[in-house]
This record gives sequence, structure tokens and C-alpha cells, in this order.
Amino acid sequence: MNREASYARARQRWSRRTRRRNSLLSLAVVLLLTGLLYLAGRYGDEYQIRILNMVAIYITLAVSYNLINGITGQFSLEPNAFVALGAYSSALLTMTPVEKEMNFIIDPCVPWLAQVAIPFLPAVVIGGIVAAVFALLMGFPVFRVRGDYLAIVTLGFGEVIRVVANNLQTITNGPLGLKGIAAHTNLWWTWGLALLTLFVIVRLVNSSYGRALKAIRQNELAAESMGINSFRHKLLAFTLAAFFEGMAGAMLAHLITTISPMLFTFFLTFNLLIIIVLGGLGSITGSVIAAIGFAWGSELLRAVEEPINVFGWFTIPGIPGMRMVTFAVILIAAMLFWREGIMGRREFSWQWLLDTVMPGRNNGAREQ
Amino acid sequence: MTVQLFLQQLINGLGLGSLYGLIAIGYTMVYGILRLINFAHGDVMMMSTYFAFFGISMFSLPWWLAALVAMLLTALLGIAIDQGAYRPLRRAPRISALITAIGVSFFLENASLVVFGSRPRAFHRPAIFEPVWEIGSISVLSLTVYTIFITLALLVLVYIIVYRTRMGMAMRAVSRDMHTVPLMGIDLNRVIAFTFGMGSALAAVGGILWAMKYPQIEPLMGIIPGLKAFVAAVLGGIGNVFGAVLGGFILGITEIMLVAFWPELSGYRDAFAFLLLILVLLFRPTGIMGEELPE
Repeated sequence: MNREASYARARQRWSRRTRRRNSLLSLAVVLLLTGLLYLAGRYGDEYQIRILNMVAIYITLAVSYNLINGITGQFSLEPNAFVALGAYSSALLTMTPVEKEMNFIIDPCVPWLAQVAIPFLPAVVIGGIVAAVFALLMGFPVFRVRGDYLAIVTLGFGEVIRVVANNLQTITNGPLGLKGIAAHTNLWWTWGLALLTLFVIVRLVNSSYGRALKAIRQNELAAESMGINSFRHKLLAFTLAAFFEGMAGAMLAHLITTISPMLFTFFLTFNLLIIIVLGGLGSITGSVIAAIGFAWGSELLRAVEEPINVFGWFTIPGIPGMRMVTFAVILIAAMLFWREGIMGRREFSWQWLLDTVMPGRNNGAREQ
Repeated sequence: MTVQLFLQQLINGLGLGSLYGLIAIGYTMVYGILRLINFAHGDVMMMSTYFAFFGISMFSLPWWLAALVAMLLTALLGIAIDQGAYRPLRRAPRISALITAIGVSFFLENASLVVFGSRPRAFHRPAIFEPVWEIGSISVLSLTVYTIFITLALLVLVYIIVYRTRMGMAMRAVSRDMHTVPLMGIDLNRVIAFTFGMGSALAAVGGILWAMKYPQIEPLMGIIPGLKAFVAAVLGGIGNVFGAVLGGFILGITEIMLVAFWPELSGYRDAFAFLLLILVLLFRPTGIMGEELPE
């Protein structure tokens, strides 16, 4: 037996063992999370549960948004549009004919939609599919020519979605929006979707597709010359991101139970942009950390709009709208001075954690 | 009857298209030399209307002087945005500058909401733009006619600057090859600053005429015209100033015609420009007068 082959087999054994170890550790974390969610659902108050739900939705949105903006490096401004598409399509599908009649008081709902009522899960999936189809329709012309038009096309699309939602009275109920959507969403659904999104996107990024996406980000011309079809890969990333964003929108609609065109403004996209920038463009771990931080942090930031008392001497009156200005300043400052964000492009790995917690041990790492 | 209606709408469309064109020149020049979509451009235009507004109402300047001062201030604002927010990122990946641009845009909108308030303010329309002229059976606001002529005059001026001056030659050189230009002894940052200043001043003219047309201003007024002006720039061929104005005219006329002849579509007016952008990208990505830009 030659030496090369035996080394190769030994390496294979190592990598199989570390992979099994990593899977077990991940599974343990998921189980731990399940237990925590159970406890939170049981003992948490309404406000805490709402924030936990929002954390999960933010994670879903940020991770999928990061796939196109951070990992593929194509700047887009779409999440609010796809969230709106997912929210509206799923809400219209789950509402019963009676509920629709109560909502559509100005003009009746179109007949083909008025009689439809399907369960929550298929409605969520359809919400995702609708968003994905629109992503495909937009991505096709844009990626054919200049990727950097994607930003303006998606920004425009976000505005158009609002215009259409306001005008299509017989489908979206116009500016009145939809009220009384059944509150199907709970912690299991939102966190289930967040974990699914994480699983799919992490697997994608670590596959040959993911390496192709990163290659496109680094140098599109070089990637193409290595035989990567950048058009197809960009379109894939964009459509997949839209799919998950649409499903997150469906969750959101069934969480807050009232939606209107005003809910899906550009501000939502802006929040997500801050999350992925602060987390580190291109780092899934960073997006998750920043999403969790943001869901809490933005609550704290409400303080800037309230009156501030300086050592009891005098009071600065609260200025409404300061929160948005603060967000804008945070984004610009992060881009100028802290482009790495929390994680840069690094990712969490079990190997890294074990090496940090138990230094000196080999922890199954391959000798290099 | 229909011919008159058509001519009437044509004049209105040219008036609206001039405004898109004036704003689009700034987009097209900045994109031409930096490959940067300056998202803040529409908001810079919004700021110009407030400069003019306060010039007239607080300092009681005559309207033309207020407009000149506003042009100057807007040019300085454009240069300041470039120096403060975009210049540090010249060597960074292109996505960084785009994110900063969207941040600047959001900042201008929301800071204006805080400082100026969200309530729209009436913008004074000067007396010479007030009369309604009757030409045959067409009636036109004189502002519309002046707008078209001002736009064409400024286009000639821009042509002279871009094609007949040393600065213009430097600008065209930068749009060809940004990295070689400094080696030829040209101050790159001066060229870029000049471009931002010029584009912003033109946006100020567009903005002030816009404000006189409607005649009111509010902090979010720049978003939709900004988006549409970008579409006009792409339609005309990005990087080409004539294309920008031509694209503006085409967009303005089709938009007005669409609403005039199919009133039931008027709610979707803002969606039309977007559809046009998609169609241009599908069938003629370089636009009408554009040529392939080097990456």
C-alpha cells in the first residue's frame, strides 16, 4: 500500500469525524433553542414573545438579504417589496370568504380570489413563490446587462408595489389594507423558518454554488473566465433570497394581523441594510448577531425621540423623526469607518469555538 | 380637436420632460465618471428648493437671485457630499459607495423632515411665469414654455463645457479610464468635484422649476423625480448628456400622453417609468444614444 493513499484515507476519516461532531453540536444547539422557545412561549409575556418573533423574522430577512448583497456582492434594495408580496399573497389566501367580504367594503374582491381559503402553511409557501417569480422577472433583464442597475430597479419596484397595492382596490383593498388576518404565526413558525433559511443558505454558501457566488463578488470577469455563468448564479441567489423574504412577509402578516401599503415602506429595507452592514457584509453569522442586536437595539433607540433630561438642569425636548436620522448616520458612519462590521467576512465554526474555549487541545483539527 | 389635444399634451410633456432631463444630467455625468448611482441626487434637488424657498421667504431676495444662490448652495452641497461620503470610498468595493449613497439619501430626507417639517410649503411662483398664453386653441402656462427654453439653453452650456473646455476634456477622459487620468497630471478629485457641482446646480434649476410648477415643496418630493430622472438617463444612454435630456423628454411626453388618453391608468403613472426601465434593459441596454461604457 502506498503512503499517499493511506494519508488520504486518514484525512478522510478525520474529516468524517469532525463533520459528524459538528452536526451533533449543531443539533444540540437546535434542541437547546427548542427548549428555550418552549419556556419563552410558556412563561414569557406578550411583549417578550413579540420581540422574539421579530428577532426570528429579522434573522430570516437579514440572512437572505445578505446572500444577494453581501455574498454575491450585488447591491439591491428589494426586501420591502418582496415582504409586501409575500404578506399580501398569503393573507389573501388564508382569509375566509366572510372575512374578505368584511374587508372589501368599497369594491368587492375579485371573484376568483373571494372564494379561496387555504391553510396557513401552503399560503406561506405560495407567498414565497410569488416573491420569487417577481424576483425572476426583475432579475432577468437586470443581470443580463448591468448588475449595478439592480439597486435602482429594486428601489423602483418597491415604490411600484406600493402604487399597485394602493390602486388595485379589488385585490389588495387599496389604502385600507387588510384587517383581521388570522394570527397563525407563533414562535415555532417564525423560528422554524429562520432555522430553515439558515440551513439552506449556509449549505448553499458552502457548496460549489456558494464559492461561485463569492467569486462573482470578488471579480466577476475573472469568475466568468473560470467558467462560472455569472448571470445564472446571480439570478439564483436573487430568486432564492426573494423566496425566503416572501415567506418572512407571510409570517409578518399573520403575526401583526393588519397590513396596509404603508407598512412596507423603504424603511424596512433600510433597517435590514443596517443589519447586514453592521454584521459584516458577506457574513451569515454577522447577520444573525446583528439581527438579534437590532431587534432589541432599535427599541432602545426610541429614547432619542423622547425628551432628554441633562443632569436635572434642563430638558431637551423630544424630536420626532430623530430615530430615522440616527439610523442614516449609523449606516454612513459604519460604511466610512467600520466597513468590516462585527464579523467581516468570517463565519462562526465549531472548530473556532473549540479552539478558543479549549486551547492547546487538538480538537480534531487536521494538521496543516 | 384630437390634434389640438395632442399638441397641448405634447407641450405639457416637454415641460415635464425638461425637468426630468435637468435632473438626469447630474445622474448621467456622475455615473459616467464614477460608475456610481448617486441615490442622493433627487434629495439634493429637494434641498435646492428649500434653499430657494428660504432665500425668498426669510431673506426676501428677488426670486432670480434666490435661485442663483440656491444653485450655488446646491452645488456646494453636492461637492460636500462627494468629499465627505464618497471620496473616502474611491478605492473600496463599489457596493460600499452605493450603500453610502443610499445612506446619504435617507439622511437628507429624514433630516429635512425633522428640520423643515413634513407639512408641504407653498412655493411662490414669480409673476413672469404666471400668465397663461393662448396659442391658437392651446393654452400653456408661460412657466412651461420658459422651462423648455431654459433646459435647451442649459444643454448648450453643458455641451460647451463638456466638449469645448479643458475641464470637459478631463471629465471625458476620466469616464474612459479613471486610473490613467491622474498619471497625465490631471487633478482627479477636482474633476470629480466639478462634476458633482455642475450636476447638482442643474438639479437645482430643475428642482426650483419643479417647485414653481406645482407650486409647493416637501421633504420627500425628490424621491420619485429622482427615480424617474435615472430612468431617463438610462433610456437616453447613460454617460451621455444629450441622451439624458432626450430620455427626459421621451419619458415626460409618454407619461403625460398615457394619462391624457387613458385616464383610468393615472393611478399607475409612477409605475410606468419603472416598466420602461425594464423594457430598455431588455431591448436596448445602452439606451438610445449610449455606447458601451468600459467597466
